[in-house]
Amino acid sequence: MTARILALHLAVLAALFAAQFVLPSYHVTSLARIMVLAVFAMGYNIAFGYTGLLSLGHALFFAAGMYGAGLPALHFGVGGGTALILGLLAGGALAGAAGLLALRTAGVSFMIVTLMFAQAGYLTILYFAEYTRGNDGFPVPATARSLFGFALSGDRMRYMTALLLFSAAMLACLALVRSRFGRIMVAMRENEERSRMLGYNPYAVKLTALAISGLYAGLAGAAYALLFGYAGASFAGIQYSILPLLYVLTGGAGTVLGPLVGTAVMFWLTDIASGLTSAWLMVVGVALVALTLFAPRGMLGLIRERWAKWLP
Amino acid sequence: MSFGPFLLLALMEGMVMAAVLALTAVGLSLVFGTMRVVNVAHGEFFMLGAVIAWFVADHLGGAAWMNFAVALVVAPLVVAAIAVLADRLVLRRLNYEPEATIVATIGLLYILQQAALSLFGPDARPVPAPFELRLQLPWFGWSGYKVFVILAAGAILLAVWFLMTRTRAGLIMRATQIDRDTARAFGIDTDKVYALVFGLGAGLAALGAVLVVPIQQAHYLMGGDPLLLSFIVVIIGGLGSIRGTLVAALVIGLSDGVIAMFYTATLAKILATLLVALVLVFRPQGLFGAKA
Amino acid sequence: MAALILEARGLNRHFGGVRAVDGVDIALRTGEVHALIGPNGAGKTTLVGLLSGRIAADAGSILLGGEEIVHLPAHRRVRKGIAYTFQITSIYPRLTVAENVDLARGGIEDLARVGLADRAEQVAGSLSYGHQRLLEVAMGLALKPRVLILDEPTQGLSEGEVAGFRALVRQITPATTVLLIEHNMDVVMDLADRITVLDFGRVLARGTPAEIRADAAVQAAYLGGDDAAA
Repeated sequence: MTARILALHLAVLAALFAAQFVLPSYHVTSLARIMVLAVFAMGYNIAFGYTGLLSLGHALFFAAGMYGAGLPALHFGVGGGTALILGLLAGGALAGAAGLLALRTAGVSFMIVTLMFAQAGYLTILYFAEYTRGNDGFPVPATARSLFGFALSGDRMRYMTALLLFSAAMLACLALVRSRFGRIMVAMRENEERSRMLGYNPYAVKLTALAISGLYAGLAGAAYALLFGYAGASFAGIQYSILPLLYVLTGGAGTVLGPLVGTAVMFWLTDIASGLTSAWLMVVGVALVALTLFAPRGMLGLIRERWAKWLP
Repeated sequence: MSFGPFLLLALMEGMVMAAVLALTAVGLSLVFGTMRVVNVAHGEFFMLGAVIAWFVADHLGGAAWMNFAVALVVAPLVVAAIAVLADRLVLRRLNYEPEATIVATIGLLYILQQAALSLFGPDARPVPAPFELRLQLPWFGWSGYKVFVILAAGAILLAVWFLMTRTRAGLIMRATQIDRDTARAFGIDTDKVYALVFGLGAGLAALGAVLVVPIQQAHYLMGGDPLLLSFIVVIIGGLGSIRGTLVAALVIGLSDGVIAMFYTATLAKILATLLVALVLVFRPQGLFGAKA
Repeated sequence: MAALILEARGLNRHFGGVRAVDGVDIALRTGEVHALIGPNGAGKTTLVGLLSGRIAADAGSILLGGEEIVHLPAHRRVRKGIAYTFQITSIYPRLTVAENVDLARGGIEDLARVGLADRAEQVAGSLSYGHQRLLEVAMGLALKPRVLILDEPTQGLSEGEVAGFRALVRQITPATTVLLIEHNMDVVMDLADRITVLDFGRVLARGTPAEIRADAAVQAAYLGGDDAAA
């Protein structure tokens, strides 16, 4: 069973590797973007899908990564590798700090508290426009857009970096959810009081899960800034808290591959829709309503329920 | 202008804001209080009210006061009808499960925003005030219409209060709020109550928008601020409590007006959002009510 | 006198003006089955909530094996050896039986003790009510507790299942000390070494089943009432 799971995930990675030689270049760039956003969604899934924490504030952690990498690059000229690590840590640290307070609440209160934290973060970026360049944002300096001497702005290098980060994130996620701690995360989602009375500390488990989720979001935000060369306040807005939720709901909450599937489907759906009618808001809106009404388990959730119970 | 008159102006502007905010927030509070639904699309109902007011003014072509009067009736009714439809088609089918409802109303937010963008366009459009009257104070002049907004909002809130406390409909709503199952056992059609409350909440937001649109202009993205501020007011005032909502609207409206005049609006908003988060973290029981 | 495994003194808990638990002392001897009985609303569930840490005590002391634990949160007390099975069955209904008991750090042997070994791969929520209760007991046992608190374990069970449950409790003692809240007086009189009777949040009487049966105050307050099943 473990071999089958590993084989499936490695096959997905192999397909992503092969895609860059097959797809036209426009879609290769899109796929690089999808993989970075899928890392964000995977992090969201660790909190929401596995641990049951419905956050409406993950844009805060994505933006922490983006600015955690972008601002040192802009103001102090740090290199790509350092910027990436700074972004990763910024996402994790901010998620941990927000969690310390927000996890004293649950359910609807938790949703609103995380929403408010993210809104405060967004406004803070605008408030310190002198350093963050506010709504206009800033292009990430070329010094930071290279790893080990390779420029990240080239198509091939950008795709390979995105794939590398995605692979690492996905395999780590797979290891996490199949670990003892991963099962305890699920236990919190399924029945918190029972878990407490089995000797697990709900606060500590949820805080750890949220911090890990923040590391993913931070990594994704930093990678987005470095690979696509821009950091701006719009990535801290409410929309970037809703998108990972949408991706995860579409692909299937609590599945390892769901975030990738959901991100790809929604990304291409909005891409097609904006080509037709500039109505991408409508696509997002209809998708959210339809998913909650008709497919709350998402695509892979449905497949797991019907055909492949072994899917992690 | 010296400090005293400056503060007075800030307070008067704050009163206008508080009046409109109170209408919008009471709508949100009614919906949460009765249905336990956190309606993220509430700001879009506000926006629709303003946009419909513009359509009425633009297409009716009558005198400004007449257009305004028509909008004051039509906008809340149309918005309420949309809300009732959303309740029937979406919320009821989710059985009002809190987390699913929030996700669905986020979807609704995007749908309504896109609909407004497609039908109304991306530009901000002014709506003429129903009358022009300038009040001259010793230090500055002030729009007479703003006084009307404060008075009108006060009258509408009084009507809501009367509806909730003095009529059979209000009694039924309160009974449903306390215990949906018991209310149903006593023969109350709770589905109908929910639909009407959702419509009423949306209609109040639309009314607030019709009142404010001659001051503020209609725009398809204008729903964000009222939503955020309503949330702040409703949470600080204590969810479901109309009196608390009113007091909080007054405090937030006034202080926002004053803070925005002396500091930046952004800093005021940062402080307000953090305040809401901290209130929810440290005083949740008093704010989200004991029954869930 | 046998050593005490759990010793609580002066436990207090008020809800608003209601004294749910009002100055209760209770001591469990190592290896005994100690039954807690009393009319509805007497404070039984609040008392075991205080012992297990699900409810914070206003005042009082709780010693587990001589160590003060009253300040510890519930999950730490579980780690120290107090297991609690809920009055209203609380399992992971969407996980399998094996996954449920695994989360309690147990395995197939714990399922075997309650006779659920052959259902290990079944989704727990699809078990019959009686089997779900047994699963919860198995999870409690899997924790290898020093004190196992069973909150109305036979509620809703069939007669055959109750008989199986009695056999199970006899089998786990004296290795484990059991605190049993129970309404079924047959079960109490059959299993308990000692009984504590609560009424209005206070200890009304304490003794062996025979002593309790003979106690006039208990008869007036409880056994004589319509709750009596014996």
